Amino acid sequence: MQVSLNWLKKYVDLDGYTPDELASLITKAGIEVDGVAYFAEKSTGVVVGSIESCEQHPNADKLKLCQVDVGDETLQIVCGAPNVAAGQKVAVAKPGAVLPGNFKIKKTKLRGEESQGMICSLDELGVKEAYLPKDAADGIHVFSDQVEVGADVTDYLNLDDAILEFDLTPNRADALSMIGVAYEVAAILGRDVRLPEESVETIAEKATDHVTIKVEAREDNPYYGAFVIKDIKVGPAPQWMQNHLMAAGIRPINNVVDITNFVLLEYGQPLHAFDFDKFGSDQVVVRRATDQEKIVTLDDVERTLTTDHLVITNGTVPTAIAGVMGGADSEVSDETTTVLLETAYFDPKRVRIGSKDHQLRSESSSRFEKGVDPNRVRKAGQRAARLLAEYANGTVLSGISEFDELDRSEKQITVTVERINNRLGTEIEASEIAVIFEKLRFQFVQDGDTFHITVPTRRQDISIFEDILEEVARIYGYDHLPYTLPEGSQQAGQLTKNQQLKRYVKQYMEGAGLMEAITYSLTTDDRAKLLISPEVEAVSKSAVRLSRPMTEEHSTLRQSLLPEMLHTLSYNVARKEQNLGYYEIGNIFIGKEEVVKTQPKEKLRLSGAITGKWLTHEWQQEAKSVDFYLAKGILDELFTRLKVTPTYKQIEMKQMHPGRTAQIFIDDVAIGFIGQVHPLVEKDFDLKETYVFDLDLDHLFAIHDDEPSFTKIPRYPSIKRDVALIVDESVTAADLEATIIEAGGEWLQNVHVFDVYQGEHLEESKKSLALSLLYFNPERTLKDEEVEASYEVILEKVKAEHDAVLRA
Amino acid sequence: MKEKLTALQNEALEQVEQAQSLADVEKVRVAYLGKKGPITEVLRGMGKLAPEERPVIGELANKVRAAIADAIETEKRILEEAALNEQLKTETIDVTLPGRPVQVGGPHLLTQLIEEIEDLFIGMGFEVREGPEVETDYYNFEALNIPKDHPARDMQDSFYITEELLLRTHTSPVQARTMGEYQGSKPVKMICPGKVYRRDSDDATHSHQFTQVEGLYVDKNVRMSDLKGVLNQFAKQFFGPEREIRLRPSFFPFTEPSVEMDISCKVCKGKGCSVCKQTGWIEILGGGMVHPKVLEMAGYDPEVYSGFAFGMGPDRIAILKYGVDDIRHFYTNDRRFLEQYHEA
Ligand SMILES: [Zn+2]
Repeated sequence: MQVSLNWLKKYVDLDGYTPDELASLITKAGIEVDGVAYFAEKSTGVVVGSIESCEQHPNADKLKLCQVDVGDETLQIVCGAPNVAAGQKVAVAKPGAVLPGNFKIKKTKLRGEESQGMICSLDELGVKEAYLPKDAADGIHVFSDQVEVGADVTDYLNLDDAILEFDLTPNRADALSMIGVAYEVAAILGRDVRLPEESVETIAEKATDHVTIKVEAREDNPYYGAFVIKDIKVGPAPQWMQNHLMAAGIRPINNVVDITNFVLLEYGQPLHAFDFDKFGSDQVVVRRATDQEKIVTLDDVERTLTTDHLVITNGTVPTAIAGVMGGADSEVSDETTTVLLETAYFDPKRVRIGSKDHQLRSESSSRFEKGVDPNRVRKAGQRAARLLAEYANGTVLSGISEFDELDRSEKQITVTVERINNRLGTEIEASEIAVIFEKLRFQFVQDGDTFHITVPTRRQDISIFEDILEEVARIYGYDHLPYTLPEGSQQAGQLTKNQQLKRYVKQYMEGAGLMEAITYSLTTDDRAKLLISPEVEAVSKSAVRLSRPMTEEHSTLRQSLLPEMLHTLSYNVARKEQNLGYYEIGNIFIGKEEVVKTQPKEKLRLSGAITGKWLTHEWQQEAKSVDFYLAKGILDELFTRLKVTPTYKQIEMKQMHPGRTAQIFIDDVAIGFIGQVHPLVEKDFDLKETYVFDLDLDHLFAIHDDEPSFTKIPRYPSIKRDVALIVDESVTAADLEATIIEAGGEWLQNVHVFDVYQGEHLEESKKSLALSLLYFNPERTLKDEEVEASYEVILEKVKAEHDAVLRA
Repeated sequence: MKEKLTALQNEALEQVEQAQSLADVEKVRVAYLGKKGPITEVLRGMGKLAPEERPVIGELANKVRAAIADAIETEKRILEEAALNEQLKTETIDVTLPGRPVQVGGPHLLTQLIEEIEDLFIGMGFEVREGPEVETDYYNFEALNIPKDHPARDMQDSFYITEELLLRTHTSPVQARTMGEYQGSKPVKMICPGKVYRRDSDDATHSHQFTQVEGLYVDKNVRMSDLKGVLNQFAKQFFGPEREIRLRPSFFPFTEPSVEMDISCKVCKGKGCSVCKQTGWIEILGGGMVHPKVLEMAGYDPEVYSGFAFGMGPDRIAILKYGVDDIRHFYTNDRRFLEQYHEA
């Protein structure tokens, strides 16, 4: 809503406040003013001139030589505008005038003829393009009504108008009208509201004799009123009205259309003027459209209707989509002489459906959609009839032909001073609250500390105590509310165990060298099916897709954090960042049904990806590329810290390297995987060797043992024994370790591979694993013989089970 | 005998003094104190002496021996130290060469802000709650007093999955879920950070995914002045004690009265500049007193309980606090962007 202050002044006195001050006061009271704009840039020395004569310039085809009376003198002005003509009243910049852009007007000679000034267009007078009428750019401005020759044009052309740009919240439909804004500003300033004149002189002839109203869709249209105005002469609207419309962002068209628009803005009540001679009957029938019914609207588009749409008809064919747009057939034109003026209350929901289906959002539909003031519907029609009589030569027939089942009742709300103060934390006196209601022009009956309030219907947003509370608070001023802290139960806040663990894991990951990423949950259909961990794949019935995605790029919810993470790597690689390590903690979404019906399962995952060099070449260190064991090392230490023991099993997964991928288990429960991304997938993402992992954090947190405990620092030394075994290369480290642990006896605490060798001095297909065995007895110092005995058993066992021999 | 011993001593000490290396010193030691050395010889020949001379000569011989050993030790230490100093000289390094790089990651800027917000509210007694990102229409709208056909749904163009399921457009459903879980049995004091989604085309100022932190406090006799006090405390701690706050009336379907909170502009200190669009204020969060219908639907009697709720956007706060020029930076994870915020 653009609020012209020159217009607003007609209803409420604004003296003593600058536009910026008003903007600030209105914002603080609840309607955000986005900015203050000015109708035109500043100019001086421009007056009304009357063109006495207009001759062809002797030396130039396209120029005219005009004698212009500017009150105290007659000036000769050379003018090139195509629309200049004798008899016009125009805006003249006299020598010495300054136009916007600091353009100083001087006497000059044009093609040998003296020119004592300039006849101006609105554009040259600094009116912003947004406010200009369609044809204004083509030529000079010509006044259409009585103006005084020699007078300053500023007032006539509204050049000094300031316009407040309201950013209205959906509840404040009342401020979609100048009268509504006037009530608001009057309440803020504590001043009076002057309402417009609505009385109209009518002739004896009755509207009801010419038109009857039949409403079939009564719920959609509880009120329909029609005025009949004859003897209309279509022409330009008065300049002041055009000025107000332009300031409000509406282009003037002709007096009839401009008057309906003017009243729409003034009262917030949309009106429609039909050319009654073209209407096609003497009855208005309001009904739902039939399926496939057609109408050509004012914008010359043929629209196909359904039974969801409400239409105004002449009893046979639609003449308007109710509240949305009129039909082209009955449009007001220059020849129109009789107008059927519609003022109605249409159901907000019905209008919303109509405007949405036909993508016709207008000043009218947006007001109907929010609900117009039922007590202003008839008055607005009357006001428009009056203006048609005054400015379009209209003769108004008496009475309104109408259908009326409109509920105009006002809501009653009772509030007490105590309840208001309890809820606001204030100590406002009853008398002060009474003043606030008076400022708002709410009728009330005060009974001690109790107020019985009658809410005016223009404030459709107010229906309960809390609404009244807000009115009191905002007029009292939010600034004046005290600062207090809650007095209720005081208990300490803290993170839950899982929230603490999540922070712990994050910090660990960062300490391990990875940086946190946050990627999009919505991905492509294809990516939503990539790199899904086996235990997720096993339970997922579907990837969850949006019903109406904006783009395919973000159409489906992820089932793994990895595809978008690979995309992140790819994004960085494209920017010449080769060496990257990221992790992310976030939800994946697992469809529970093949066709999603219920909320998908949301599981918290921890994923990571590394690519490029982990250690870059520096003068003191060799470059080292990322590999499987780097990624695994990061996880191993995490598992140690989370006090769980993982098992890694080789697995083949789509999109993963078949020989370099492991599924991860904890106590036989699958919790994720780790490995190298399949080279073909790497290629799709323009990546070199990339290793990833993906873990079920929900599960890790669920099994986390958070019992506080203490293990004694050992008093006796442990004994370390190293052994190098030659085995077939198919024997895994895990196999050997398992056998050794089983055979090692009570005091063998730990087995750990510290070297792997393959090559020279070894048979092909054989490898040597060097393991370190750690023996320890918490009770006493172990004897060498005890360790020796265990060692012998181990050697026998690994020989038997894995054909392992001691390396010489 | 005496003379001989004294002469030996002088001779030996002189040689020690002249020694140039540890090897020289060792030679002196072997020559004078060795098993075949002259002093051993003297001691061995003691038997030939008169009995009264024996203790005198014995004592003298031991003294001479000790004196020589002392001198040798001292000389050895001096020479060793010199040798060490020589060696250290060869070990000099260039201390201006760069150190060995340490690979350490760091948190995302949004996570840092969210955790900071969490910690501030935990300090004021709030708990941290979470909720699903795929919400039901009921919790995302209906339970928050936004029925179907409500004009406010215009403000929240949403990603629907089915008629009844959508990606949450705000973290506010967690209000309704938490209250619904407690069913009016106890006060609620929680914040809820999380991801939210809206039908916006991604550009410098819009993102179809962003983050929000919701707050809710419901108890007996909660006042609007409490909301003002709590938000003021938060703003001063989070943005700095010199920042002023201002509440303005606003509209949200789930609060009444509703507020928007501005903080004074840091750049111009309230005088007006391009950052604050000449107003001196920057909008930071929205909130209000919980709408009685919302309380009622979640099982809290609005005659007994009242409360306040508020919501803020860490993305927006990051943009304001750090001057980030494009919201998409938060989700493209450009290493050069993220690393800027790993510093203390
Ligand atoms: Zn500023």
